[in-house]
Amino acid sequence: MAKYIAKRILLAIVSIWIITMITFFAMNAIPGGPFNKEKATSPAVIATLEARYNLDKPVGEQYVLYMKNLLHGDWGISLHSGRPIWADMISKFSVSAKLGGRAAIVAIIIGIILGAIAALNRNKLPDRLIIFFTTLGTAMPSFVLATLLLLVFCVRLGWFPVVSLSSEPNYTLPVIALAVYPMAYITRLTKTSMLDALNQDYIRTARAKGVSKVKVIFLHALRNALIPVITYVGPMVAYILTGSMVVENIFTIGGLGSTFVTSITNRDYTTIMAVTIFLAILMVVANLLTDIVYKFVDPRIKLD
Amino acid sequence: MENTEMKKSLLSAQVDLSKFSSANFEKATDEEKRQQDVMGESTTFFKDGMRRLRKNPLAMGSIVVLALIILIIIIAPHIVPYSYDQIISVNGVRDKGSANLGFFMYSDRELQYMRETGEDLFPHIFGTDSLGRDYFIRVIYGTRVSLSVGIIAAIMVVLIGIIYGSIAGYFGGKVDLIMMRIVDIIYSLPDMLIIILISVVLKENLAGKLAGTVFSKLGANMISMFIVFGLLYWVSMARLIRGQILTIKNNEYVLAARCIGTSNGKILRKHILPNCLSVIIITTALQIPSAIFTESYLAFLGLGVSEPLSSLGSLANDARAGMQSYPARLVIPALIICLIVLALNLLGDGLRDAFDTKLD
Repeated sequence: MAKYIAKRILLAIVSIWIITMITFFAMNAIPGGPFNKEKATSPAVIATLEARYNLDKPVGEQYVLYMKNLLHGDWGISLHSGRPIWADMISKFSVSAKLGGRAAIVAIIIGIILGAIAALNRNKLPDRLIIFFTTLGTAMPSFVLATLLLLVFCVRLGWFPVVSLSSEPNYTLPVIALAVYPMAYITRLTKTSMLDALNQDYIRTARAKGVSKVKVIFLHALRNALIPVITYVGPMVAYILTGSMVVENIFTIGGLGSTFVTSITNRDYTTIMAVTIFLAILMVVANLLTDIVYKFVDPRIKLD
Repeated sequence: MENTEMKKSLLSAQVDLSKFSSANFEKATDEEKRQQDVMGESTTFFKDGMRRLRKNPLAMGSIVVLALIILIIIIAPHIVPYSYDQIISVNGVRDKGSANLGFFMYSDRELQYMRETGEDLFPHIFGTDSLGRDYFIRVIYGTRVSLSVGIIAAIMVVLIGIIYGSIAGYFGGKVDLIMMRIVDIIYSLPDMLIIILISVVLKENLAGKLAGTVFSKLGANMISMFIVFGLLYWVSMARLIRGQILTIKNNEYVLAARCIGTSNGKILRKHILPNCLSVIIITTALQIPSAIFTESYLAFLGLGVSEPLSSLGSLANDARAGMQSYPARLVIPALIICLIVLALNLLGDGLRDAFDTKLD
């Protein structure tokens, strides 16, 4: 186990390192320096600026410097606002985390409940209804769902304000928009693994021994059925983080996702770089934790 | 005879045939013999799968829907006299009043023209957009772009995945180990972020260089999307193919082929890959919607096809600004995306049920 964990952590570090390389060299490959503004700047000023930000050094050296700063917690300065990126990023991320965290919790809880209901009523009406709606849910990109929700509930019905996230209930629509896809996925996952668990010998044994139906379902079947759901947590974090980029943009929530999108339109390269690396680290860590937890929860999994 | 030599156990229920003579048995009549005949024709793997697929109403419905969509996007541009980048003009004069028309509406200028000449103009089925372009034809071209992006991306992913996966799986050992480590690393990269990143970079780099080439119409974003698909998305396909090959290559017929000196390449092509075919088909069917998803997502971020060409995602994105007044412009492309993705997902599921018999 220790060897497996060490190997996974090493792989995660290598991935993060590769991501920083890709990000850094990709951003450097963009023609034109960051100080090429429409307003002509004198060469002397540009030279001073470049020296100030180490841009006059060779790319390799710049990368080493960037990494050194990054490891010391210095994420650079936004080309657009001129402020340090880290402070901005963290305050924006807290908004995104609130939104994403809620979406994740909603997706997991409702997904598991629906999946269990579908499995217990196999081929009956509830099962068919649930599978119908989850199939629809996986066919709808989050941005389509988000705009349609906005159109129906904010513009047409006027139940929610179109702009801002000042009060609590306004999280409702963005959370729904983000949660539907992972929820549908978890429902299907839970259903198949629950059906699998219900067919196991230990369920029959428990029933034969006279264990109550509720106990059989919750203590014996569901507990084992939830193990495969754990594997989806990593991909779900990735889905919610990327999905929040468009959803935050549509619902005008000032989170990290919308910051990323605006920095793309503003060509704010240092911010793009920092946010990419930050989100990538989050996703890689989420996947790492998912894998390790999975091995802990289910000792039957072969360690390879 | 072996039977008679063996001593019968006292407890055995086996009938002792030596006690009977041929008189105790009747010959089977012709009718009885006919019952033993094989009535059904022998079926091939493909026919068998198709038969199962045909029984699946959801999958068949999806095929019908997809066929209809493809038929419409092929035929419609030949019937509708407008083009996706053409601003409606009457008598060669640009019609300023033709922007933002509703379903089947004509602009004042067009109405006047029809009254004067008595000639019928082709209706604007979905109206026009804010620049006065026929929206129906834009949706048609958007669907064309989205579908072809999905299909091309899926083919690329499948080809690279098959080649990579089959080499790793077939040769095994150190080759496999190194190749799969690379896959592990690529797999752990967040693909969406890298796509956005590379799109941003290539958009800047390619913008000038593409002008005048075939690719200029598609735009740098599409090219970068294909590049990223080619670089990143094949890994799950490669893993899948490798797993399949690992199990298939241990079969006796592969051993037999190797014994008679068949080359590695031929064994892969003739014996192993055809047996992975069902998995390949299913994954391809499911890969197309995921590519369409990605494309529409990028288009929504403003990293999609470049104007005046449209994709379903970019149409939806453009419609967001006028959402309050012209919701149909948002709903139509959104619905088509959902319809295509839903149909392909259901078809993929149906194919899996029909062809992947190992699952049950």
